[in-house]
Amino acid sequence: MKEWPLWEVFVRSKQGLEHKHCGSLHAADAQQALHMARDVYTRRQEGVSIWVLPSAAITASDPEDKDTLFEPARDKVYRHPTFFVIPDDVGHM
Amino acid sequence: MSAVAAQEVSDLVLHLADNALILAQRNAEWCGHGPILEEDLALANNALDLMGQARLLYQHVAALRQDGSDEDRLAYFRDAHEFKNHTLLELPHSTALAPTASGDRDYAVTIVRNFLYSIFMVLVWDALQHATDAQLAAIASKSRKEALYHVQHAQDWLIRFGDGTAESHHKAQAALNHLMPYTQAFWLLGEAEAAALQALGVAHFSSLQSAWQAQVASAVSEATLTLPADGGHVPQGHVGVHSEHLGFVLAEMQSLARAHPDGMW
Repeated sequence: MKEWPLWEVFVRSKQGLEHKHCGSLHAADAQQALHMARDVYTRRQEGVSIWVLPSAAITASDPEDKDTLFEPARDKVYRHPTFFVIPDDVGHM
Repeated sequence: MSAVAAQEVSDLVLHLADNALILAQRNAEWCGHGPILEEDLALANNALDLMGQARLLYQHVAALRQDGSDEDRLAYFRDAHEFKNHTLLELPHSTALAPTASGDRDYAVTIVRNFLYSIFMVLVWDALQHATDAQLAAIASKSRKEALYHVQHAQDWLIRFGDGTAESHHKAQAALNHLMPYTQAFWLLGEAEAAALQALGVAHFSSLQSAWQAQVASAVSEATLTLPADGGHVPQGHVGVHSEHLGFVLAEMQSLARAHPDGMW
């Protein structure tokens, strides 16, 4: 059991368009991971669709690199579209 | 429905309700003791499905009988000889003849029992969906979906156990050998229950046997297990003659309700 790989579970809710990450579990293979995800994460009608994928397949950014990667965006608020003035005759958008 | 037919149908529904309740109680014994967290939840889900089915069925019995009983009376205030569940469903989770402790529980027995029984119940609910009793047909249609998942869960594990390690294969085979004779009772019904099926326009459950055997044989062979030879003791739980285990199941299940009759919480 200890050798069972870790799987990340993504569930799409009734209203939601996208699958959202909701947790992880250990399972022997993908089919079993799907079964277990059904029993663990959709007991209260949370979902209409489940994805599982091996945690090992995820390449994650290093928390140590947080400042390098994300700090530079902090003082560039002009990248938000709210800074553009929308002409009146465009109407609602 | 005539009064006689209503009484017979209520006997059949009571048999179905007792089956669901007793297996719910057995499977719920794994709650907090599952081999892994995910299976703990899976078995609790399964038990809650069965408990929900039992409630609907007991409520329907009370409605058919019009004798002032209700689901709680039927579940908690009848004694072992009045229960009509299949003996298979009251057995402990063990292949030992006299298991003595909860520590003796064997998950292979749980899985094999759920496998044998849920395949049977998919066929039963399938047939009862077309019963002329609309309430029973509606319960059947809801329960069928739950039973289909119970088959998926149990069959998946059966194949993993059988086609797994030498130890898991051995335990699955022992569980299969131990439980298979009890399934002979699936094809037997009491007189009232058989008459009820006729009144409902549904074929006798014995007509489901070949479909059940085919599905069981196919999964057992995929699991690299061997079907035990036919035969052995034919249990009589469906007519109220039970093993020594049912009394203990009921003692645990009913004691609280009997200590506080009509208690609400």
